[in-house]
Amino acid sequence: MTNVDVRIQVTVQGGALDVATELAAFHRTDPATGAVVSFVGLMRDINQGEPVAAMVLEHYPGMTEKALQAIAEEAISRWDLQGVRLVHRFGELRPTDPIVLVAVASAHRGDAFRACEFLIDYLKTRAPFWKREVTTDGQRRWVDARDSDTAAAERWQDTGSATPDR
Amino acid sequence: MIRILFFASVRDRLGMAEETLESTPATVADLRERLAARGGSWDTVFGSEQRVLAAVNQEMANPETSLNDGDEVGFFPPVTGG
Repeated sequence: MTNVDVRIQVTVQGGALDVATELAAFHRTDPATGAVVSFVGLMRDINQGEPVAAMVLEHYPGMTEKALQAIAEEAISRWDLQGVRLVHRFGELRPTDPIVLVAVASAHRGDAFRACEFLIDYLKTRAPFWKREVTTDGQRRWVDARDSDTAAAERWQDTGSATPDR
Repeated sequence: MIRILFFASVRDRLGMAEETLESTPATVADLRERLAARGGSWDTVFGSEQRVLAAVNQEMANPETSLNDGDEVGFFPPVTGG
């Protein structure tokens, strides 16, 4: 990548994700911003009916950052945006811990809403992260990819800046 | 020479995180075929209809993606982030 787009900021981190601090900083990015839409993905304490005590997120260092950058660039090419902030955790997480923050800034809310949903849908199927759950009885198991996530991402395939049908 | 990295459940099933191949197969499909030919868990991971994705130099790749000397190839299951 030769052009660094100052509107895009991507972080992949092992430490806790402080959503309030991240958003407060993001709000001040550009005074032309009239709207910020954010999505926070949280770790749940139950999956497929079974209680989950912890989760370990693995990723592909190097590729992860590139993939997130590419997804953010795709959003900027489709909508009129002032900024995109992506923060994703790796390592060990506990229930209620934030896993991912997607924040989008634009002059008006429409573009920010659409871009935010697009970003999380694409991220879930294109960024190289893998979840492994630890159940309350100590078993470790890899989480399977969901067809519904693939379908959600595919909706955006040829829609340009429009909102796809559900 | 290529460097191969295995991630998540693929790594667990192969019992290996990375290796180096001295000769460079022409494509990702050729590499998969060569790995599957080792038999056992290699055949299970690379030879069957199991979904194993590939990246070449940290970009998502297809079976037809060509390989060159010095490339880094990653193999992993469908992603589950977010």
